[in-house]
Amino acid sequence: MVFGVVVISFVLTRALPGDPAVYFAGPAADAASIEEVREALGLDKSLPQQFLIYLGDLVRGDLGQSISTGQSVFSDLANRLPASLELTLTALLMSCGIAIPLGVLAATRPGSWIDHLCRVLVTAGVSLPTFFTGIVLIYVFYYLLGLAPSPLGRLDFIYIEPDHVTGFYLIDAALAGDWETWIGAAKQLVLPATTLALFTLAPVARMTRAAMLGALSSDFVRTARASGLGSGTILITYAFRNALLPVITTLGMVFSFSLGANVLVEKVFAWPGVGSYAVEALVVSDYAAVQGFVLAMALLFVTLNLIIDLAYMMIDPRIGFEAR
Amino acid sequence: MEFRTSRRDFFGLSGGAIGAAALPFLKSLPAAAAEGDVLVVVTGQSINSLDLHRTGTNRASYQVAVNAYDRLVTFGSKATEDGGLSYDYATIEPELAESWSTSDDGLTITFKLKPDATFWDGAKVTAHDVKWSFDRAVTVGGFPTVQMKAGGLVRPDQFEAVDDSTFVVRLDRPSKLSLPDLAVPVPFIINSEVAKAHATADDPWAMEYLHMNPAGSGAFKVAKWTPGEQLIYERNDAWVGGPLPAVQRVVVREVPSPATRRALIERGSVHLSFEIPDKDAKELDGKLQVFSTPVENCINVVGLNYIFEPFQDPDVRKAVAYAIPYEEIFQTAAYGRGKPMWGGSGELDSIEWPRPSPYFTDLDKAREHLERSAFASGFEVPFSISLDLADWMEPTALLIQENLTKLGISTEIEKIPGANWRTASLVDKRLPLHLENFGGWLNYPCYYFFWAYQDGHLFNSSNYRNEEVETLVEETLYLPIDDPDYAPKIKRLFEIAFEDLPRIPLWQPALNVAINRAEGYEYWFHRQPDMRTLSTG
Amino acid sequence: MSSVIASPQIGRQGALDHTLYVLRENPVTLIAFAMFALLCVAAIFGPSLVPYDPLASNAAIALEPPSWAHWFGTDNLGRDVFSRVVVATRLDLMISVAAVALSFVVGSVLGAAAGYWGGWLDMVLNRVLDTIMAFPLFVLAMGIVAALGNTIENIVYATAIINVPFYARLVRAEVNIRRDAGFALAARLSGNSDFRVLAFHIFPNALPPMMVQVSLNLGWAILNAAGLSFIGLGVRPPTPEWGIMVAEGANFIVSGEWWLAVFPGATLMLAVFTFNLLGDGLRDIVDPRKRT
Repeated sequence: MVFGVVVISFVLTRALPGDPAVYFAGPAADAASIEEVREALGLDKSLPQQFLIYLGDLVRGDLGQSISTGQSVFSDLANRLPASLELTLTALLMSCGIAIPLGVLAATRPGSWIDHLCRVLVTAGVSLPTFFTGIVLIYVFYYLLGLAPSPLGRLDFIYIEPDHVTGFYLIDAALAGDWETWIGAAKQLVLPATTLALFTLAPVARMTRAAMLGALSSDFVRTARASGLGSGTILITYAFRNALLPVITTLGMVFSFSLGANVLVEKVFAWPGVGSYAVEALVVSDYAAVQGFVLAMALLFVTLNLIIDLAYMMIDPRIGFEAR
Repeated sequence: MEFRTSRRDFFGLSGGAIGAAALPFLKSLPAAAAEGDVLVVVTGQSINSLDLHRTGTNRASYQVAVNAYDRLVTFGSKATEDGGLSYDYATIEPELAESWSTSDDGLTITFKLKPDATFWDGAKVTAHDVKWSFDRAVTVGGFPTVQMKAGGLVRPDQFEAVDDSTFVVRLDRPSKLSLPDLAVPVPFIINSEVAKAHATADDPWAMEYLHMNPAGSGAFKVAKWTPGEQLIYERNDAWVGGPLPAVQRVVVREVPSPATRRALIERGSVHLSFEIPDKDAKELDGKLQVFSTPVENCINVVGLNYIFEPFQDPDVRKAVAYAIPYEEIFQTAAYGRGKPMWGGSGELDSIEWPRPSPYFTDLDKAREHLERSAFASGFEVPFSISLDLADWMEPTALLIQENLTKLGISTEIEKIPGANWRTASLVDKRLPLHLENFGGWLNYPCYYFFWAYQDGHLFNSSNYRNEEVETLVEETLYLPIDDPDYAPKIKRLFEIAFEDLPRIPLWQPALNVAINRAEGYEYWFHRQPDMRTLSTG
Repeated sequence: MSSVIASPQIGRQGALDHTLYVLRENPVTLIAFAMFALLCVAAIFGPSLVPYDPLASNAAIALEPPSWAHWFGTDNLGRDVFSRVVVATRLDLMISVAAVALSFVVGSVLGAAAGYWGGWLDMVLNRVLDTIMAFPLFVLAMGIVAALGNTIENIVYATAIINVPFYARLVRAEVNIRRDAGFALAARLSGNSDFRVLAFHIFPNALPPMMVQVSLNLGWAILNAAGLSFIGLGVRPPTPEWGIMVAEGANFIVSGEWWLAVFPGATLMLAVFTFNLLGDGLRDIVDPRKRT
């Protein structure tokens, strides 16, 4: 599968229109200097040759050089991936904290005004483009009210970034015991994470509601109810545990989706993550950077799937595709 | 309008108060809170290398060459109409060179270096460093080599370090472009000992090392660079290239969203916002200090490509020129920033360039011309614009499209992404109708014509070729401007350009910079912020 | 769709009654249907109803706030925002419905086949889907549009491709759980072919969660197109489209011209909103378990 990703990303980048040699040769390049650049980038070779060279580099763990940032793709990703992950995970945590209770609440009282209100609220969240929400939040909370810190990336320039351990500022600052920086980093996180969380509320809440409804109307819950178990026990032990399965599937999808979707949030909040990196690289046909990004995402995704599969088995013993 | 403005001011104030109230939390004060020696600059561009000579270094990175390195000479400065500062093309001043002299035949320039000039590591700046740096610029290829060539600097054997403090440049032919070309960012001087220590057999010019680790003698050292986020300059107190900068530290933050940048400068979280959109410049003017300097030797033009058959017809080209709604474009796409380049008298009384074309909006005249052409019933043509420059290109294209439709010329707007735009417009030169905005660093009309009107040259995106233009450009390019032949030849070039119209001038764009509680901004032809003159106010 | 569900046992009358029952029970769904009807009207008759030409610029009245003459104000070229918002409805609905329909059909077929028969088919499909899913979806869509060119068809294809795995996986999981369930075995024993069992007995069970997915995806499809516009890879100007209008208008918010982004944004939100509520309503109508 990872190989498939490698092939597709290679083909996709080569299919992009535009000639990176021309772009990177600079503003006043002539034909000769463009040729020089093309050679320097190894783009004068045939596609299969380029692919083999790329594979060879990959095997040695070399992702190549990004031309637009001038860094090695590996170091770019190592610097930026934690930023994206920190943002996405914070947003997902916020979103789950609100959406799952909401979904359960709605499912226990289907058709009531609470149910309708939940639907309206989470739907409103998902109906707004993230870049729009982001700019409105900046306008209101930073520009008008002055409550939020300036939207200048992960840390205001008055703070010194914590020593690099995990790359997650919140964790690194906590490890270093530097709570001032921790608060600074957390403040920067609030607006972008809220923007993203608003967007992910709906799928989680709706899937929770749908799955809970299904579970609550199922035979085993009826049986449990009939045998006189307390409603709390039924809700948590029987219904919720069974409803978790589709919810976790959805969470996995939402995670991978929002890693892509926070491209736009990153742009608005000057967040130095991988999403904005990929977009910029794509627009200027920076092949190595796009391929490296896609590969990193694929590996992340494989890990994620493994975790979800494990979670599946723990929750639902019926699942076992391969075992049959 | 009134109401909105005052309300915003009110909220701005109260917001500031809240921000200040929250301060006791912090040990160090934010830069915004009037800390005199830190200056914060925001820009939308991303610096991708600390070495201008490296392949792939983008425009935004040129500021490192400006602020962290020195050249032999620099340009003087002068006051502008709007009370700001601008570099002065007419005067050349010493930077690392103490003095220089040109031989009578104009072929040899001899520089004496300042005796007290040192690199950051304390080593003395010698003529050998200059020689090594110049050799590097003409050898590495790509943009630096091309720019050196413009000044007649092509081969390493043209440069000689006579002794530690004497450096000689030998030219193949005398040229008025040579000395100014030494004041552009490209021929910056590198600490060659440091660089050589990090050079390898594969990398004799230490491209890898200098990419991340500058080694210069400039006014600022690079204290920290986080690609895609920020660059921090720290003042070099031993600088001898000019008056010592007033600020100790400059933080350059990259903020991609223009709306966010506007909020930041308006709220006073940063001191300077570089290259703000025309619209913001118009609206912030008065509330903040805004400098809109028309970019020298630069015109936003409509390109009519000669490979597209209808545009070979002079009447079609004139029809298009008369159909363009210039004033509306200037107001909606440029918000009145910059200088109009239409409706000129047609009288060529000086060699000033850019100058307004004799065309103006007149649909009847446009129709007349079109009817006289072989394409009276109109035609279809794609109208290409760059995605990166959609800011001004899109409204411009939409307004032109609307008027062309009235003539029966139907267009479809095609937005081309960054990487492809250069290939399509400048290298392949295959876009029939497009927008273009070349600006020449060296401020001579002949230099503009050299790049934009000579056959095969990069910015001649219209595939224009006129034998007389070819000869005139060749003749004027190296001619001193006080030569009696120069002015008549240049005027003839203007005349042909306006008659043949491969490029229809729209307006001269402005470089807009907003400043909040800072001063000393100076405009430079390279369109990068020069931190050396800035101070917090 | 409902004809598939209204299998022989319950006649058309029953389905209609049920629909009416659900609508009565659920006022929000009723509102959603009403809004959907409104959107359809705007999509069909919009261009002939609007007060101004959505493409006509007028620099003299650029950036005017909402007024009686221009309900939603004017944009930076002096075009009437209201007219543009209304006219854009058709294009936006077309993009989202086309993209979702495409991914729904392709995803269902692939997912059902893989889930039912399993084996190598399942393996291959899984690998392919994983590969697509392993791409960050928005970036994949960007890449496709950037490589193929930014036309409306390519935006539809890109959106459809990134949505296929969601449907395929969902259907596969649902079908897989039920393929050996009692009712499926019974249907098979009573002489139904595999195809019939799959299509009429097992697949309908996958519909309720799919409906939730469809309703979300119709919205996502529009948002996806809007995101592409924000990057600059959307529909070509001057064609009005909500996403582009929000994306371009967003830059005007800080300078106080809120109406440029807010009205198209609100309309976009309303449309996504409608689709979502509609999805819920449809779920209630088609859910075989609720229909007792």
